[in-house]
Amino acid sequence: MNEITGKIVRVSGPLVVAEGMNKARMFDVVHVGDLNLIGEIIELRNDRASIQVYEDTAGIGPGEKVVSTNHPLNVELGPGLIGSIFDGIQRPLDKLMLETGNLINRGVAIPPLDREKKWDFQASLRIGDRVSEGDILGTVQETTLVNHKIMTPAGCEGEVVDIKSDSFTLEEIIARIKNTQGKISEVRMLQNWPVRKSRPYQKRLAPRELLSTGQRVIDTFFPVSKGGTASIPGPFGSGKTVVQHQLAKWADAEIVVYIGCGERGNEMTDVLLEFPELKDPKSGEPLMKRTVLVANTSNMPVAAREASIFTGITIAEYYRDMGYNVAVMADSTSRWAEALREISGRLEEMPGEEGYPAYLPSKLADFYERAGRVVCLGKDNREGTATIIGAVSPPGGDLSDPVVQATLKVVKVYWGLDSKLAYRRHFPAINWLISYSLYLDAMRDYFNEVTGMDWIALRNKAMQILEKEAELEEIVRLVGRDTLSPHDQMILESAKSIREDFLHQIAFDEIDTYSSFKKQQKLLTLILEAHDLFMKALERGSELENLVSHPVREKIARAKYALEENLDDIDAILNDFKEEVGTS
Amino acid sequence: MTLKKYLTITEVVGPLILVEDVEGIKYEELAEIELPSGKKQLGRVLEVNGDKALVQSFGSTTGVSVEGSSVRFLGRGIELGVSPDLLGRIFDGMGRPIDNGPPVIAEQRLNINGQAINPYARDYPSEFIQTGFSAIDGLNTLVRGQKLPIFSASGLPHSRIAAQIARQSRVPESQEKFAVVFGAMGITFEEAHFFITDFQKTGAIERAVLFVNLANDPAIERIATPRLALTAAEYLAFELDMHVLVILTDMTNYCEALREVSAARKEIPGRRGYPGYLYTDLSTIYERAGRIRGKKGSITQIPILTMPEDDKTHPIPDLTGYITEGQIIISRSMHRKGIYPPIDVLPSLSRLRDKGIGEGRTREDHPNWANQIFASYARGKEAQELSTILGEAALSELDKKFLSFAERFENEFVRQDEYEDRSIKDTLSIGWDLLTELPRTELKRIKYELIDKYLPRKDENVSPGKDRVSNREETD
Repeated sequence: MNEITGKIVRVSGPLVVAEGMNKARMFDVVHVGDLNLIGEIIELRNDRASIQVYEDTAGIGPGEKVVSTNHPLNVELGPGLIGSIFDGIQRPLDKLMLETGNLINRGVAIPPLDREKKWDFQASLRIGDRVSEGDILGTVQETTLVNHKIMTPAGCEGEVVDIKSDSFTLEEIIARIKNTQGKISEVRMLQNWPVRKSRPYQKRLAPRELLSTGQRVIDTFFPVSKGGTASIPGPFGSGKTVVQHQLAKWADAEIVVYIGCGERGNEMTDVLLEFPELKDPKSGEPLMKRTVLVANTSNMPVAAREASIFTGITIAEYYRDMGYNVAVMADSTSRWAEALREISGRLEEMPGEEGYPAYLPSKLADFYERAGRVVCLGKDNREGTATIIGAVSPPGGDLSDPVVQATLKVVKVYWGLDSKLAYRRHFPAINWLISYSLYLDAMRDYFNEVTGMDWIALRNKAMQILEKEAELEEIVRLVGRDTLSPHDQMILESAKSIREDFLHQIAFDEIDTYSSFKKQQKLLTLILEAHDLFMKALERGSELENLVSHPVREKIARAKYALEENLDDIDAILNDFKEEVGTS
Repeated sequence: MTLKKYLTITEVVGPLILVEDVEGIKYEELAEIELPSGKKQLGRVLEVNGDKALVQSFGSTTGVSVEGSSVRFLGRGIELGVSPDLLGRIFDGMGRPIDNGPPVIAEQRLNINGQAINPYARDYPSEFIQTGFSAIDGLNTLVRGQKLPIFSASGLPHSRIAAQIARQSRVPESQEKFAVVFGAMGITFEEAHFFITDFQKTGAIERAVLFVNLANDPAIERIATPRLALTAAEYLAFELDMHVLVILTDMTNYCEALREVSAARKEIPGRRGYPGYLYTDLSTIYERAGRIRGKKGSITQIPILTMPEDDKTHPIPDLTGYITEGQIIISRSMHRKGIYPPIDVLPSLSRLRDKGIGEGRTREDHPNWANQIFASYARGKEAQELSTILGEAALSELDKKFLSFAERFENEFVRQDEYEDRSIKDTLSIGWDLLTELPRTELKRIKYELIDKYLPRKDENVSPGKDRVSNREETD
């Protein structure tokens, strides 16, 4: 193969232009300069290639060489991904630290996955079996939580002529497959996939099931389905990252891919230190054993930030293809868009809104559309899902920001964070009046099955009380609370109870941090039934003040601290109250 | 080694100088510009395109000529010479001594741009720093390795607050080495003088390094100043094991200098004319705070910025808030009421608070207590708004209690003297005392056990903090 080599003529920040590149292809990866920095070709004009460089370009100058690798930006896929922390172009940050110290050095090439480590491969097929793309050849227990399935790679089909269970490194041959022409392909556990291309599946399905997150305002009011998309826009300090972390901790996905895209270094450290300590509510195993981290913090090179979300989603799709439910958190897509803007500016492209390139919406859609519930390739027709939850950081909290608007066009769930709620320390500061979920109808059957009641109706009733509260608050602001009828005042009290005793949830409290869906159901039932009983009592002539100061209200306020194993306590509060009202 | 001297300047636009027919020039390289007068000043390469190099001069380009001036490229980036002798010294915005002392004999020369810390190598900040301010320690707690900016505006006492933090900050019960690095960008002589005399008066100057770029110094120099300060801080923290507090003031001036360069380059502007890469650029400053695994020292950053027109959504405070771990907001209305420090606690935030407080760090009741105080003060402020519209008579009995809580909170909790150094215990006690204003049933954010243990009895004039155990039975 001929090596394509060019010479640098221009350096401007992360953008390098090289000449002599007429044979190079768009989006191929190149090595730039004497330091061998990694870059990607993003524009070709005659023999000049514009290259976005994934590492700091200080000290690079004209005359230095550029060498094409002749392949697009890939990620390595195989056992060993789980529990790792990678940068935007999948360099392993843990191994990088051992190699080069505490600071990120340039031009260091370390393979993302460990080449030495041996994995126990359990073959699921026998010699003579016929396989096609996506069929599972065997499994590797990657962590105590993840059974990694080795799939027949793309373009590979035929008869298994060699396979055995044994201990292998990633590069050793685990199976040989002979196609109808008699050509034999060798299969290794290590596979590559270009990050900008979505992985194939048989067909896409409509979403159906809830991705339970343990967060009451989300699961009950604005749920996201497995395979769905959601976005969290909000000004700084409104708690985007805390919500993202909470979801990464408690979402009932088998695999979590967390992409820290242009955010704080300490946030990744937080995840790295906390997740090995936290236990998965279902299995009791450390959460780190199902998590992959992609970290390209704000001060790391901008171009790699652009690549990071694609690296993350490709890893997610790979696990989805094994038949798992995968949740992807991207924090924050605004920083990704800014990286796009910076490169676009240096290319002197005609800007769209706010200096963002005109292709911003289509690039965002490319990313979010890679979520979904699918029937994976392979004869067993297994189903997998990838859910994407993206944070957006609009400047000044202004929702007319092009990134917010482009995101809202493609996502189905919107959790609008509100700085006013955050100032009142109402967390999660998701404003219930502006947020929405378009999955409620699609999941209606599922909810009815799980709860055994018309759950959506109950949820809507709670929403109505909250909406009524917003109306009444307007009046109170003008003429004071005393002018309201006792009936309306009781509604305000119940709305307050929904807000404080249900919606408000403390992420840092050991118990409150996670509410199972069952618990949410019991809590909301308690609050709303108590509301009905109070309303009835009011009609029968009870004094509002006696009702407001009724001791059951404090019990309701504390009900959210009931342990998951004692959920009957919540029912007991309601039953006792019903009895009391019945007898009095 | 003799370096080539280029006489091929073809353009001078604002702070930018275009040099042609150059070869072997590297991006970000340091350049030395020699004026016809013989004066030399530094610059850096912003872009190389073929045989052209675009150089940004750090000094004013006054006196630079197309013919007669020359440029030499030094083959390295901007560096700061470091040694333990940095402590106690005052430098200008480019790192030249201005205290009439001798030049620092460098042990090492470090590139001022630094390198990103590997997120895997970071250690999470969790050590409580006591600043002596109730509004900070109690509610917006600062921890070692945090970057917590002060959002202020012109005419507000942010400098006094920063100086007081520098004076009082310590980790209770620790005897570790402590240093202050001060980076001033475009501040007035009086402000700089205030800090220097305050440091001298308290002896803090012995363990301080100052980099001062005054309002009348070249604006473009300011782009280097915070990086020099942070390079010094990194040396002190990670090589000499010191706990370093970095104060950077005023970041708004820094961003304006950046805008000046961007405008001269005719780049496509982002919001309000600031360059699209402002976020990334600021992050290369703010992210240089933190702790590194296995290292004793730490860098805690307190950048100060003045919000143009008190507008928090202006790009500078906005992007800063997205990078830093919270913000302390100085409020003009509190200042008008004569409250010092005029910290508006509701929009203020410390993201690392919950990692730095609680049992084993401050006290077990601190997290619940802080949530309760916040919620109660927010409710009190709402009642206050309501009463300004409808009059106090329109408030319910409960709202009146919250109103009185909010007023006492501002006057007794937030307000304190410029030389009053409150311990965290005192801060907590004052808070508990204020909570007695409210009915017990309203203390929903505090666990019963903690209320029983710490809430003083209202009708008894016992100073909070004493004899809680004996109070307990009676309260029940």
